[in-house]
Amino acid sequence: MLNKKKRIVVNIILIIACLIIAFPILFAFIKATQTPGQVMSPRILPSGYLFENIKFVWTRYNLWGYMLNSFKISLSIMLGKTFLSFFAAFALVFLDFKAKKPVFIFILITLMMPTEMLIVGLFDIISLPSPTSFKDFFSWFIHPSNIFLSPVKFGFGWTDNLLSVIVPFFASATGVFLFRQHFRNIPTSLIDASIIDGAGSFRFIYYVLLPLSRNTIGALFVVQFIYAWNQYLWPRIIIRNSSAQVIQVGLKAIIGNAEGVEWGQVMAGTIISMIPPLIMLFLFQDQFMKGIAVSDDK
Amino acid sequence: MEHRSRFKARGLEVVFLLPTMLILILFLYYPAWQSIILSLFRSNLFLGTRKFIGFENFRNLFSGALAPAYYQSLLQTLIFSVMVIVPGLLISLVLANLSISLGKRGKIYQILLIWPYALSPAVAGTIFSFLFNPEVGAVNTLLGAFSNLQPRWLDNPILAFLLVVTACIWKNLGYNYVFYLAALQNVPRNVYEAADIDGAGVVRSFFKITVPLVGPVTYFLIFTNLSYSFFEAFALIDLLTLGGPMGFLPFDNTGVTTLLIYKIFQDGFGGSSNMGFASAQSVLLMGIIGLITWFQFKFADKNVHYGGE
Repeated sequence: MLNKKKRIVVNIILIIACLIIAFPILFAFIKATQTPGQVMSPRILPSGYLFENIKFVWTRYNLWGYMLNSFKISLSIMLGKTFLSFFAAFALVFLDFKAKKPVFIFILITLMMPTEMLIVGLFDIISLPSPTSFKDFFSWFIHPSNIFLSPVKFGFGWTDNLLSVIVPFFASATGVFLFRQHFRNIPTSLIDASIIDGAGSFRFIYYVLLPLSRNTIGALFVVQFIYAWNQYLWPRIIIRNSSAQVIQVGLKAIIGNAEGVEWGQVMAGTIISMIPPLIMLFLFQDQFMKGIAVSDDK
Repeated sequence: MEHRSRFKARGLEVVFLLPTMLILILFLYYPAWQSIILSLFRSNLFLGTRKFIGFENFRNLFSGALAPAYYQSLLQTLIFSVMVIVPGLLISLVLANLSISLGKRGKIYQILLIWPYALSPAVAGTIFSFLFNPEVGAVNTLLGAFSNLQPRWLDNPILAFLLVVTACIWKNLGYNYVFYLAALQNVPRNVYEAADIDGAGVVRSFFKITVPLVGPVTYFLIFTNLSYSFFEAFALIDLLTLGGPMGFLPFDNTGVTTLLIYKIFQDGFGGSSNMGFASAQSVLLMGIIGLITWFQFKFADKNVHYGGE
C-alpha cells in the first residue's frame, strides 16, 4: 500500500484530473440554468432558468421528437444485436457443423468495416425505391452482372424511415466475438451434465447459458445502446426529414435553427441528450466492467 | 473448440447464423462491393446520372487539380490520429493506474472518470463550439474579463486543429480508461510493493511495470482508437469547424480539419455531390484500413502475448 504522503499526492492529482475532465459538462450545465443575458456574461454561478431553457428546446426545437427517435433506434439496436449475436455465437461454439471457421472469419472481418466507411455504397442500397413488382425485381436479379458489375438499381426505399438507421446495425461482430469468448470459458462439465440430463439446445440455453451470461449481456447492452445513441454520420446523411431525425444530429439542427443561437437553450438540450446513455452506463456498470475484463484478453 | 461442440445441429446452425450473415452481406459486404463499382462511374447524387469512366476517379485523386487536397487530407488524418492516440492513451493509463493504486478508496474516482464513456462526439462538438466561439464563447468571455486576449479559435488553423484534437481526446478518455482499469484490476499489487522496496521510483515503476503489463490492451486500444479518430471524429468536425479553416502553405489546398472521412462526406454528399469520386476515396480508405488490419494480425502474433487459454 502507498504511504500517507504519496496517498495525499495521488488524491490531489486525481481530484484535479476529475475536475478538468468534468469541467466542460459542469460549465454546460451551469450555462443551461442561466437566462440569455447571463449566458453571455462571464458569470459562472448557476441560476434558476433551467426549466425555461428546457421547455423551449423541448417544444420549439423538437428535442422531444429527436429523443423519442433515438430511444426507438437505440433500444431496437441494443436488443436486436444482443439477441442475434447470442444465437450466432451459440452456433459457433456449441453446434457441430462444417464451415465453422470460414463463417467465423467472415463475421470477424466486419469488425474492420465501420459503416462510416461504406456510406456511399450503403446510401443507394437503402435509399433507392424498391421494385414495384416482383417481375421487375426478378428480371434484374436474374443477371449476375446487374448485381455485381453495375451500380445497384433497386433499394429498400427507407429514406426518412427509422428502419434505415436500425436494420443495418442488427448484426454485430463485437457481440458475436464477446459471446463466443464467454461461451468458450464455460466449463465442459456443465455441458456434459446438460446432455446427460437429456437437455436439448434450447433447454440448455434457457436454464444454463442465459443465467451464466448476465455479465456479457449487460456489457453488450451498455456498449450497443451507447453506440446506437451516439451515431451521427449515417443518420445525418440518410435522414432528411427532421421529424425522423435522431438527437445527435438534432443538436446540430438546434444550433443552426435559431436566429442567433441561444446557447443556454442549446446547452440545456445537450445536457438532456446525455442522460439516457449515462443511466445505461451506471445501471449496468458492474456487468459492463466484468464483461470488458473478459473481452480484453482475446 | 471442436471438443465443445456437443449439441446436434439438426439445421439449427442455419437458423441461428442466417440472420447475422444476411445482414452482414446486405449492409456491409454488398455496400463495400458497391463502393468499388461506383468508384468506376461518374455519378451525381441529386441528378442520379451515372456514366462508366474506368479509373478516372482514382487518377483524379493522385494527379491533377483535385490531388493536392486529397494528399493534404491524408496527411492531416495521420497527424491527427497520432496526436489523438498517444496523449489519449498515456493520460488514461496514468489515471487508471493512480485510481487503482488507492485500492478500495479509489472507487469514487473510477465513477468520476468512467462517465465520459457515455459522451458522444456530437455533444463534445456542441459544448466545445460554445466554449470556444470567438464572439460569444465562454472561454473568450472569461479571458475578456481580465485581459485583452481574444483568440479566434476556429479561424486560426493551428488553434482549430488543436481544438478538434483536444475535444477528441476528451471524448475518448472514458473508453480508454475503462479498458485500462479492467486490465490493471488483475495485476497483483505486490509487484509494485516489491519495486518500491527495491527503490524504484514512481515514474520508473510506471514505465517498467505498468506499461509492459498492459501491453496487449494498449495494442488493442491503438487500433480501436485509430478507427475512432478516422471515423468518429466526423461529428466533432461537422459541429466545430466544418472542415476549415484553410491552413498555411503547404496546407492550403483544403481546410486543415478536413480529415478523410469528412472529405468523403463533402465530395459525395456536399456541394458537388460527386458520388463516384467519393466512392474512390472510400475504396482507398478500405485499402488503408485493410492494410492496418493485416499489419495488426501479423504483428500481434509475434509481439503480444495474450495470457491464458
